[in-house]
Order: sequence, then C-alpha cells, then structure tokens
Amino acid sequence: MTNYNVMEMMITVAARELEDGATVGVGTGAPCAAAMLAQKTGSPNLVIMFEAGGVSPLLPEMPISVGDSRTFYKAVMASGMCDIMETCCRGFVDYTFLGGAQIDMYGNLNSTRIGPDHQRPKVRFPGSGGANDFASFCWRMMVITPQDKRRFVEKVDFITTPGWLEGGDSRAKSGLPLGAGPYKIITNMGVMDFEPETKRMRVVSINPGYSFKDIQDNCGFELLKAPKMAETKPPTDKELSILRNEVDPYRYIIGR
Amino acid sequence: MDVIEEGIGRLLTDPDPDNAREFFRKKSRKMVDKVMSLKDAIARFVHDGDYLAIGGFGAIRTPIAACHEIVRQGRKNMGFAGHTSTHDFEVLSAGEVFNRVDIAYIIGLEARGLSPCARRYMESGKVEITEWTNYSLAARLKAAAMGVPFVPTRNVLGTDTFHYSAGKVVKCPFTGKRLMLQPALYPDVSVIHVHEADIYGNSRIKGITISDLDLARATKRLIITTERLISNDEIRRDPSLTSIPFYLVDAVCEVRYGAYPGNMPYEYFSDEEHLQEWLKAERDPDAFKEFLKLNIYDCKDHAEYIELHGGIKRMNELRAKEFLIHKEVNND
Repeated sequence: MTNYNVMEMMITVAARELEDGATVGVGTGAPCAAAMLAQKTGSPNLVIMFEAGGVSPLLPEMPISVGDSRTFYKAVMASGMCDIMETCCRGFVDYTFLGGAQIDMYGNLNSTRIGPDHQRPKVRFPGSGGANDFASFCWRMMVITPQDKRRFVEKVDFITTPGWLEGGDSRAKSGLPLGAGPYKIITNMGVMDFEPETKRMRVVSINPGYSFKDIQDNCGFELLKAPKMAETKPPTDKELSILRNEVDPYRYIIGR
Repeated sequence: MDVIEEGIGRLLTDPDPDNAREFFRKKSRKMVDKVMSLKDAIARFVHDGDYLAIGGFGAIRTPIAACHEIVRQGRKNMGFAGHTSTHDFEVLSAGEVFNRVDIAYIIGLEARGLSPCARRYMESGKVEITEWTNYSLAARLKAAAMGVPFVPTRNVLGTDTFHYSAGKVVKCPFTGKRLMLQPALYPDVSVIHVHEADIYGNSRIKGITISDLDLARATKRLIITTERLISNDEIRRDPSLTSIPFYLVDAVCEVRYGAYPGNMPYEYFSDEEHLQEWLKAERDPDAFKEFLKLNIYDCKDHAEYIELHGGIKRMNELRAKEFLIHKEVNND
C-alpha cells in the first residue's frame, strides 16, 4: 500500500467531490489544495472563485490569502467582494469548503468565540469572514477537519455559519436560499453526510485503518450510520504524485 | 415591511441617507491640488472618535503606511470596520486606536495564523463589538454608496452572527421570504491605497477591487495613498481606467511601497518573513513594545520603515516574487 498522510487523504477525498465544469468558492489551505488537485486530475474545467474577487485563475502556487496576487493570476476576471458573493447568491456556485473551531451534528460552524460573554470572550476567533456568506449561498458546503471530540460538539458556543441549523426544515424556514446546505464533512477518519429528513450527520464512508467506533469515539454527539457505509478509497499513486509535485511542492499544507 | 427579528448588536454608525446627503452637499467638488504628506493628511482628516474604514483586503493593497501614521499620531476611541482586516487590524490594535468594531474578520492573518496582540486587545473587554460578515459589510457599504438606508440580503439568517449584529429580518413584500436588512455604513473617514492617482485624486486600481469602489463612495472623507502620482493628461487618456473620481477624495499622498509589508498586486509581493516577525514579537507584550518603538514610533515615515527592512534591495526581491521571477531564477 502506498504511504500517505492524513492531510493528503483528506485533500484527495475532497478533490474527488469536485466534478468537471463545477464552480467552487474556496479559502486558503486544504480547500485550495483540493480544488487545485481536482483541476489537475479529473476536473480541468473546475472554476475556482475567491471572495475578494479572483475568478478562475491559473493558480501558479498556493495562495497565502484569498485576496493575494495568486488568486487572480492569469484569471478571467479580477472582480470584487459583492460580485463574487452575489454570484453565489444567484445560485451560480456549486461548492464551498469551510472550517471552524467547532461543528455540531447539523453542520453549524463556530469561528467566532468560546465562552458565554460575547463582549468579553474567553477565546476570540476571527469571526465569519466570508464563511457565513458562502455557506448561505453555495449549493453544497463541505468541511475538511480533523476528527476530534473538542471540535465535533453537541452544541457550538456560537453559530457563526449556518449548517442545517436545528435540523429538519429549520434552515428552509429561516429564509436562507432553498436547497443549499452542508453536504460532506471530510475528516482523517472518514466522511459524513446528512440524513435527508432529520439533517443529522451520518457516516457514509470510513477511512482505511479506522472503524465506525473510532469516529464515534472522537465525536461529541451521536452519529448516524448511512444505510451502506463504504471504505474510503485511499489516494492513488497518480493523485499523490500530482499533489506532492505540482499542487504543494513546498508541503505548506500536506506537511502540516 | 414588518420587522420579524432584530439583532442585539449596537449600530455603530448613522444609516440615515439624508444626514449623509447634508454632509455630501457641503463637500467641495473643486478639482484642486490635494497632494500633501501622509502625516498632514492623517492630522487633518482622521480625528479621535471618528469611524474609520481601511481599503484593500487585510494584507493586500492595504494602506499600511497610513495605519502606522494613525498609530504614530496616537489616535484613540475610533470606530472601525473590520472587513477582512488582518495586518491593518494588527497594527491598529497595537496602537489601541479603536474602542468599537464592526466585525466581519479580525485577529487572524489567514494562513499565517492569529495575531496575539489583536487577540489580547479583543479579549480585554475594552472593545465594543457588533458581528457581521464580509458580504454584510460589503453590502452595507454598497447601500451607503447607493444613498439608501439599507439593502436586503439572504445571508446571516438563522445564526448567532445575526443575533449579535445590528441587522433586522423582515418579510419580503413581493415574495413573503425572510430577508436580512443590512443598514447603510457611512464611515467618517477611510484610506484606500491605489496604484496611480493624479494630484486631484482621480485614481486607478489594478486587479481585484474587493469593496473599495463602494467604500470610496460611502465614506465621508477619503484619503488616497498612491504608489505613484501620474498626470491628469494620463488619467484623461483612458478614463475607463479611473475607478475613484477626484470629487470623492480629500487628500492624495504619494507613498511608494505604501502597502508594505503587505502585497501590492503587480508591484510587490508580501514580505512573509517580516509579517512573521510581527507575530513572533507580539507573543511577549514587553518585547512587543520595543518592536513597536523601533518599527512605528521611532520611524519618521514609511520610507524609514522600508529602509529598516532592507530598503530597495528587499523591495526588488519582493517585486521579483510578485512576478514569479524568483521561481525562474531558482529553477524551481
């Protein structure tokens, strides 16, 4: 079996979700690596958009910021924040990848604070940035995150970014665009999606070397099981070679 | 349109478009020479207690020279628009310049990590906060630029980000859908860094514009810092390149490398090593005081700061990095 690390596994799994011709709003780090890998494997026509205004760049290397020069290097357009977010709001953007300090069983994300006092938080994080906007508007929101009990919590301290809110039809009732919402959660141990009725997180695929119990033991709430749980296909030699040599040669992301 | 739900955050600025119109009615439309030193521009147009917005995107085309000058002149009690505010927020936090912030993105420097100094300041309880998102603040600037009191959007609904905002949810009179209303944001004063401007303030931005076109139109007073002054003839040669017209502008300051250590697209890439020096120095508050003394308080102006960090030689390296020439040289 080929050797690969956890980050390489997660990026590869994420990249396979992005079909050719789709649009994706990405941030820096693993999501950007996944989008670049997808472009260099099965999806050369994947359109990458950055919230600061970069549209469909030919990324020469991993950006440091979602607005730096690389995000519109040889792009088709250098636009602005409203244009990108309004394109998402019109329903033109298929995928986005987000993250956070905490996630709950409905895929709600916290990147604002830990602790109860909002004006004087125990720990303050950056806030929404464009995350709430992307999660509100893009059809399918995905998360790449380590499987960890402190991250996967029963109740997030603050809902920065909407998942399925309280489950069921609560997201539709909130006024958020219909049909959009959390789609896949990709961790080092497996892949989760959401049960269609309750919108609760469920395991659909388990990474080689792990069991359902491992995932459940590293999750702060009860996970559901998909009717058929598969084993996640590990990265192929070709995927690894492209990821290591072309996408992230300096190992900024895969070296973490 | 009945209000269904309201955020509990305080609205830090006046969204009334008629009050803004009264201000703009009195603002000079004269096409006169507005060139002055950055020191003079900050002294004249940035006051204690003002609500400030900074153009660019944290460490991209951000007027860092102006942020240093604001800190150097000791401005206090300001309001601030934290619209993907990264290195600018770090610098302004170091000077404890503001005491209230509209937050979309603060403290972090994206892939570089979090600023210990900004984090300490935001966890100290000294700063009043209202939550928004990047698009919310962009939409609020757009509403102000339109001259209307709000625009409706479909983000933020159902979240704590809404609960701690100063937005309102209403029922759409056409479709019955729930909509978020984003109140117009008219900053008292803003600084935008551009590639080229003439002496009157007609300005050109290359590359992504983020929210700066709306910001330039929403703000009451506007300071332009520019990499280069160009002639008015050059502006008139191709007016399609002008993104900010002179009548919005109060001061024009020629500040070469004005976005350093951030990235100025088509000019120079960010100085990642120096940005890391900031993050490292901030870990120890006492050592950070020394760092600030050296890099801000004891520097006369931005040119001295640039000299301190390698001068022309370093700027040429960053230019090579911007154009990916360093990759050709290293054959990697």
